[in-house]
Amino acid sequence: MAAKSTVPFQGTKEQEAQLRSVIAELKDERGSLMPILQKAQDIYGYLPIEVQTMIADECGIPLEKVYGVATFYSQFSLYPKGKYKISVCLGTACYVKGSGDIYNKLQELLGIEGGQCTPDGKFSLDACRCIGACGLAPVLTINDDVYGRLTAAEMADILAKYE
Amino acid sequence: METVTLKINGMTVTAPKGATILEAARIAHIEIPTLCYLKDINAIGACRICVVEVKGARSLVASCVYPVNEGMEVFTNTPKVLDSRRKTLELILSNHDRKCLSCVRSGNCELQKLCKDLKVECENVYDGEVNTYELDTSAVHMVRDNNKCILCRRCSAVCEKVQGVGVIGANERGFKTNIASAFDMGLGDTACVSCGQCIAVCPTGALYEKDSTDEVLAAIADPNKKVFVQVAPAVRAALGEEFGYPMGTGVQGKMAAALRRIGFDKVFDTNFSADLTIMEESHEFLDRVQNGGVLPLITSCSPGWIKYCEHYFPDMTENLSSCKSPQQMFGAVLKTYYAEKEGIDKNDIVSVSVMPCTAKKFEIGRDDQNAAGVADVDISITTRELARLIKRLGITFNTLPDEEFDSPLGSGTGAAVIFGATGGVMEAALRTAVWKLTGEKDGTPIEFTEVRGTEGIKEATYEVAGMKVNVAVASGLKNAKELLTKVQNGEANYHFIEIMGCPGGCVNGGGQPQVDASVRNFTDIRAVRAKALYDYDAANTLRFSHENPDVKELYKSYLGEPGSHKAHELLHTTYVKRKIHNL
Repeated sequence: MAAKSTVPFQGTKEQEAQLRSVIAELKDERGSLMPILQKAQDIYGYLPIEVQTMIADECGIPLEKVYGVATFYSQFSLYPKGKYKISVCLGTACYVKGSGDIYNKLQELLGIEGGQCTPDGKFSLDACRCIGACGLAPVLTINDDVYGRLTAAEMADILAKYE
Repeated sequence: METVTLKINGMTVTAPKGATILEAARIAHIEIPTLCYLKDINAIGACRICVVEVKGARSLVASCVYPVNEGMEVFTNTPKVLDSRRKTLELILSNHDRKCLSCVRSGNCELQKLCKDLKVECENVYDGEVNTYELDTSAVHMVRDNNKCILCRRCSAVCEKVQGVGVIGANERGFKTNIASAFDMGLGDTACVSCGQCIAVCPTGALYEKDSTDEVLAAIADPNKKVFVQVAPAVRAALGEEFGYPMGTGVQGKMAAALRRIGFDKVFDTNFSADLTIMEESHEFLDRVQNGGVLPLITSCSPGWIKYCEHYFPDMTENLSSCKSPQQMFGAVLKTYYAEKEGIDKNDIVSVSVMPCTAKKFEIGRDDQNAAGVADVDISITTRELARLIKRLGITFNTLPDEEFDSPLGSGTGAAVIFGATGGVMEAALRTAVWKLTGEKDGTPIEFTEVRGTEGIKEATYEVAGMKVNVAVASGLKNAKELLTKVQNGEANYHFIEIMGCPGGCVNGGGQPQVDASVRNFTDIRAVRAKALYDYDAANTLRFSHENPDVKELYKSYLGEPGSHKAHELLHTTYVKRKIHNL
């Protein structure tokens, strides 16, 4: 996974104060790194290097240890979510109907990898498992919009609908 | 000692209570293969190479972490066990680049040895997706090649648990798991201290020093260059291992002979500048004590420790001795005093060092390490690189005669040679400082055994000329951290502290020959190698640094007194305050 930060960090003083109080409350408990990371993601929406460094310094543990945990669990994200959250179903039915190609096409068009967000903060791209619309396979969602029976060739037009 | 009795492969074995099956098997003359296990460093039972059958157990167990019980029946070599080990190895190989021919560890790779011993073919096993990684060459001293990494985690364990640094670890999960730094920063961008302990414990060729042997040979081949080499004390205590000598064999004479045959113009000894360091550092110590300087004074010989202090204890850089390390003092003297004396242009000199250390590669590029206006040391190679050079040039090390170092920068006292073991610098400094404080009398104590030995932290108090001197010695950076935290919190009050970056000191340095886990797990390599140095000390007729005739001459004809203006210009340096994170 590339270390590039796709969107500049825009944390506020309030968020920082909130995180520091969470860490102060939890850090002396055994196994507190996970809950601290969960709370940090609640506060910031994701876990950029600035946030992980704060956690490492406050807890007195190496940054690598924080990063190792943050990248082990798929529920933690190193990247923010975009204004438009694209979610491509890679469940079995969608996958055999070609959602892998759709996912690759979107990565290519957006210039980001799955899990990341475009530098302008507009689109983020994630893979998901079955959303229960197998009859429409392959399926993707953009925020609350659902698109089905797709081909990779349609992706550019779909993205163009979102400003 | 409480013991338990068990059966291993049908034979009755008595083992200490709490021993692992692996340890008990050793008592029964059975070597169970291991990969991830490293005594006192990494005991996670993860790689599954050391599995054995235990009667009544549901599945195979990892013998490296499984304790023995009374009446237990263990089988280490059943078809089920051997099949399992083979399958594990095949799976490891399925995601390994298998380029043994060009690998720096070919011949002493633990993975390669296991494949051979267990008769595992490396071709066409589980062909499928293979991870490919770019090399991390960002650090000055080393390379990480994750294509050869088997994820044993010995490196990250030594980095975090022994050195208290923790800049490498396991990122991602499953097939994508890889050992690297946070946010995939290059190692050179982290607060890595360059100690090289990760290289020393790596079972494969995933971690290795940046090799400068070709640079050395090119310098030697250049008719316009004079190439001089110095060798650190600890190298002579371990180089022999590369040529089949038992661990702990001192090979000083053959080492000097080999260096001469490699083609160096002069073969000198870092022991010379270790003695010089003691002259300067004991002067600095007495000056700080008598004139209210910053105490405790902390030694500055170990560049891994220095970088650690700068990153992790920046408030204590004033405590560091301003003395350059012996490597750098040597280079400084070589390119000033010696160059002038011999009428050689300093620009025509290539100053090479052989060190048990990878941080020395970082140190030669530091600021304020250029007494003659050019780098004090140009190329620093490790003990392992020296062994490679000797082999490449076809020098039959074992049949070489014992030879002496060249004069005048080749003499060293017993006080100098013990620099290579934890406590050695302290002992050497005490010898000379006590001699000075008690009025330079004969009969000054020579051996300060309280500061010897491989414990991580040692303390002693000496009464010298009516003054109580509290000293402490730490090796391994986690121990250093513990000691310094006590000093910072006011829980301990020392006048003088010796710190070495690597556990046990330079004999166990990151540039020393790698020792197979099957040996490491049952031998204290720090103690065995250190003994070679203490034997050299005991055999030397000169045991005080101030008795070194060449050092005396250097002061008399060039530097004046220890701590003189000129000595400061050439032999002392400065430090910087660094951060842990570069945000």
